[in-house]
Amino acid sequence: MRLGRVGAFVTAAAMTAATAAIGQSSNMTLPPSVVAGSAFSIATNGSGKAVLYIVGPGQAVRRDVEMGQPVSFAAGVLYNAGHYLVILAKDSTTDTEALDVVPAPNPETLGFLAQPSRLPVGVHNGISGAVYVFDAYHNLMTTPMTASLELSNSSGTVQSRSIPTLNGLAWAEIDSASKEGTVKFVARVGGISSTRIIDQVPGDPCAITISAQPENGKLLVQTAPVHDCSGNAIPDGTIVTFTETYNDMQSTVDVPLKQGVARVTMPAYKGSKISAASGVVAGNEIIWNGGR
Amino acid sequence: MIKYLLVMSCALSLPMAARADQQASVRMEPQQLRGSRPIEKQTETAVIRDYLAAWQSLQSALDQNQAALLDANFVGPALDKLTNTIEEQAHLGIHAKYHARSHDLQFVFYSPEGSSIQLIDTVEYEEQVLDHDKVLATKPVRERYLIVLTPSEVRWRVRLFQADVQ
Repeated sequence: MRLGRVGAFVTAAAMTAATAAIGQSSNMTLPPSVVAGSAFSIATNGSGKAVLYIVGPGQAVRRDVEMGQPVSFAAGVLYNAGHYLVILAKDSTTDTEALDVVPAPNPETLGFLAQPSRLPVGVHNGISGAVYVFDAYHNLMTTPMTASLELSNSSGTVQSRSIPTLNGLAWAEIDSASKEGTVKFVARVGGISSTRIIDQVPGDPCAITISAQPENGKLLVQTAPVHDCSGNAIPDGTIVTFTETYNDMQSTVDVPLKQGVARVTMPAYKGSKISAASGVVAGNEIIWNGGR
Repeated sequence: MIKYLLVMSCALSLPMAARADQQASVRMEPQQLRGSRPIEKQTETAVIRDYLAAWQSLQSALDQNQAALLDANFVGPALDKLTNTIEEQAHLGIHAKYHARSHDLQFVFYSPEGSSIQLIDTVEYEEQVLDHDKVLATKPVRERYLIVLTPSEVRWRVRLFQADVQ
């Protein structure tokens, strides 16, 4: 009998606690989630005045509340995606609930990181593009979407990739094209696009061919027009190093390309060896026999 | 293999003020990197160090309503949004204490040229909202955060800081 009373007491206490808990949480009814920037309302029960707070790392909002009346939030009030505490404070009691704000459904801006801005032609996976997708409130949109990355020049599309976003990010690497010049690197997601311009410059010289001829008792040495392996002219200013070896003497001259050609006047020693190089590419060697 | 960088147990029965001095446990999940470049050990260590420092500054800034405390560790949209929150809190006469209990970190992207790192932090923290000195609410939270960090002169700074509630 006594045990029964204890049991009844415990049950009653538990029910009281449970009722109190239910009563606390029932003082407001929240939507399951809120779309960033959209209008919503929170229903309240009871009577009297209270204060409602919505607080998270993304925002802090306060409203005076007439209990029993819904608390309305206009579009654009709560716009940062994230997790929030909703606190209803009345006298010395508070109810606390959690509310998630999810990003708006349509992409509005892209964070497009394209690297590098300048590179040689013909580099495998030389260009990388990372696209972060944001809604109108700069919330990262983590719902999977398809992003396209296109690299195109003035004559049309060169390469394109279609990649699904993951954690709000799409990423791809693309080869640089074989022709020098500027190319457009365009990222597109859901009708939104962002463009970067990338300058593709000729690569290293593919080969260097030199010739020599006498001139006023000296030797005029010059290269044929210098190209990379895709046929693009190596830009003027690129240094070509000429080397002349005669007996134990060696002299070198650095000459910039001018109009695609490097030329230099060197001493005309009979039997001297003359060569040229630029970067890692060495040209042919000439043995000067006096012009015969 | 799961690496435990720093594990300190948190006594849940302690009041929040006492727990504030305790460091959160940090656990690294295996990297699931997209991108062609692995994260060097030194970079990984620096990013974790700077990210945890960012959390410390976030906690202090939102508690004291001092946006300037964020400047060293946040940049771009993350800095703008947190600064805005602090201004709103100060205007409303409230402040918030965020006490992180644990961080479960995973690197998911490292850009080839090294200009951005994305990681996921499944973080457990306690959020306490105060109206001046009166505690309005205290609630434990477990949330998955998406983080993007970019390098600056001397440290990695948090550029994107968002709970992934989708």
